[in-house]
Amino acid sequence: MSTGTTKLDVVVSDVVPVNDLVTRFHFRRRDGELLPTFSGGAHVVVEMRDGERTRLNPYSLMGSPLNTSEYTISVRRDDVGRGGSLFMHRSVKPGLEMVISYPVNLFSLDLRAKKHLMLAGGIGITPFMAQTAQLAAEGGNFELHYTCRTASLGTYADTLRERYDRRVRLYHDDRDERIELERVLSSQPLGTHLYVCGPSGMIGWVRDRAAALGWPSETVHFEHFAAPQPGAPFDVTLAVTGKTIRVDEQQSLLEAIEAAGVDPPYLCRGGVCGQCETNVISHDGKFIHNDHWLSEEDHRSGCKIMPCVSRFEGRSLVLER
Amino acid sequence: MGITFRKETFRDDFSFKNSPEHIRRFPFPFHEDSYMYAVNIEPHVVGPKGSVLENLIDVDEHYVAEMQDRALVLAEDPLRCQSLPHMTLAGWDLLELLMEQQALGYPEHFTLTREGDHWRWINRPLGIDDTFTFGDVSTLPYGPMEYITRQSQGDFCILDQRDGNLWMDAGMVTTQADWSLDFDIGMNFFEWHAPVPLAHEKGIFIRALKFLTNIQQGKPARRLNWTMTINPRLDTSPENYHKWGPDRTTVTPENVGDKVHLRVELQSFWRLPRSNGIVFPIRCYLIKMDELVTQPKWARRLHRVIRDLPEELATYKGLTRYRPTLVEWLSKLDDGSATSPGFGPD
Repeated sequence: MSTGTTKLDVVVSDVVPVNDLVTRFHFRRRDGELLPTFSGGAHVVVEMRDGERTRLNPYSLMGSPLNTSEYTISVRRDDVGRGGSLFMHRSVKPGLEMVISYPVNLFSLDLRAKKHLMLAGGIGITPFMAQTAQLAAEGGNFELHYTCRTASLGTYADTLRERYDRRVRLYHDDRDERIELERVLSSQPLGTHLYVCGPSGMIGWVRDRAAALGWPSETVHFEHFAAPQPGAPFDVTLAVTGKTIRVDEQQSLLEAIEAAGVDPPYLCRGGVCGQCETNVISHDGKFIHNDHWLSEEDHRSGCKIMPCVSRFEGRSLVLER
Repeated sequence: MGITFRKETFRDDFSFKNSPEHIRRFPFPFHEDSYMYAVNIEPHVVGPKGSVLENLIDVDEHYVAEMQDRALVLAEDPLRCQSLPHMTLAGWDLLELLMEQQALGYPEHFTLTREGDHWRWINRPLGIDDTFTFGDVSTLPYGPMEYITRQSQGDFCILDQRDGNLWMDAGMVTTQADWSLDFDIGMNFFEWHAPVPLAHEKGIFIRALKFLTNIQQGKPARRLNWTMTINPRLDTSPENYHKWGPDRTTVTPENVGDKVHLRVELQSFWRLPRSNGIVFPIRCYLIKMDELVTQPKWARRLHRVIRDLPEELATYKGLTRYRPTLVEWLSKLDDGSATSPGFGPD
């Protein structure tokens, strides 16, 4: 049970442009059966067959967990990324047959919470779409603060306001609206849990303020999938399988290892779950660590790398794969 | 077709027995002639026909008697079934899992019909035919976990996953090998395993926790564990130690074959979809020595395992007092010849 999760054969049932940057994709099972039940905060890994290249990107499920006739994800176009989002926007049309993973939840609600305080930035809104739907159905107590660049880029802001009214607060960067974080964090009832999903700067800021205000770390939950960044190509030797591979500019190290026919375990492909952690046997050069899994000490040691998001620059790198 | 359910007891006159077919399907836990802890976890996939793995949730000839015994235990001690307030959703997850699996594996005994949230559950062996609204606790006579685990063989622990750990926050535990849900409720994985000897030093629990927290939906896993019990008693709980503890002084060379039972737990681990919790069914199988030694390979191997078991493990499993008597009895069935690899009888 090493490599990833069970797969689901799906067909794209709808593609809906949401705004200038974000498009929503709907998936149904090809056999017409119901999809597996999931919990709010879960993601699926979408396999993209783009010519010779296979990309596997994680996206949060944003539909209601009560509706398993279809899964929906929202993809923000990243014009300078590795091309996964561009592939989704340009090449994925209704009727296309695709393969996705079973849902995996690394950003689960803590069901002990008396209240759920949610902070979203930009496309980080997607897991909260599912979590708010789940909580609303159970009569759960939540409050959502959502920061977006402009009203027209406020993905699903109108939907959320319509569904949950005053439980949703919106902040627009172009109007200089800023969440009063200290006040929001200081005025919550005991037993509140805090959830944050958005750009890494925002996550860091919220975690720091919460810690300074005395929030126990067990009550602060965050999700940051670091999308793999493109970078200069580099060569790697896989010592166990005896292969030498090249990692292209637009490819992640994990994808290059897989393309060589080696299958390390993975779940999130975003540097948070720890499954693909790989030992470094030797190196001559510099690591570009982008993960949220290894400790700073691990990063400094040069003994470990998370191949899903991290890269390397230098003369030689030998991995235990 | 279908299973013929035995009328038998796990207390008082101890009339529990295995039929010859059930002896052969017994999940003998030793694949070689010695035993030491290992992280012996494997994917929980369907196994050969006629084995306990033929279905992922096994129902056998002891089903009705076990459910009657559970009802007796609960009547005396309601704290054997507990669910902390945040675990109700996980209870519904478990109800769905057990109804689906039992109906799938044994359609002649169980039927589940679903129209949206409107469910009908028919359990013919226990004479139950209930309709209810999935997710609405007011439509069932018990909470969802208690309702379905009064109709499912084995103990069930539901573990909440948070803070990188697993927490024993709900369970139905009436067939346990000397541990207490009431004592362990609310504890995390390291806390409830604290009494186990040797394994901590080997780092086994750290690796096991890492594995369990990564169990994925649709990919359950399993392992076997074992101990021994005097008399076929399902409820060997600390709460009732005064009832079963003294049994261990009653083993004599004459009654070993009837009194001493190998107790095997088939433990499986499943990710629950709505709650993101893990359910840990612990299914107990008992076999008396007289039944076990009808398979000569098992007799030889069990002799060698018990004879060579490290002292700490023998103490932890509570075998100390009757081990010499048992080893002496088994030695007469061990001619020293080789045993074939693997678990099954020859």
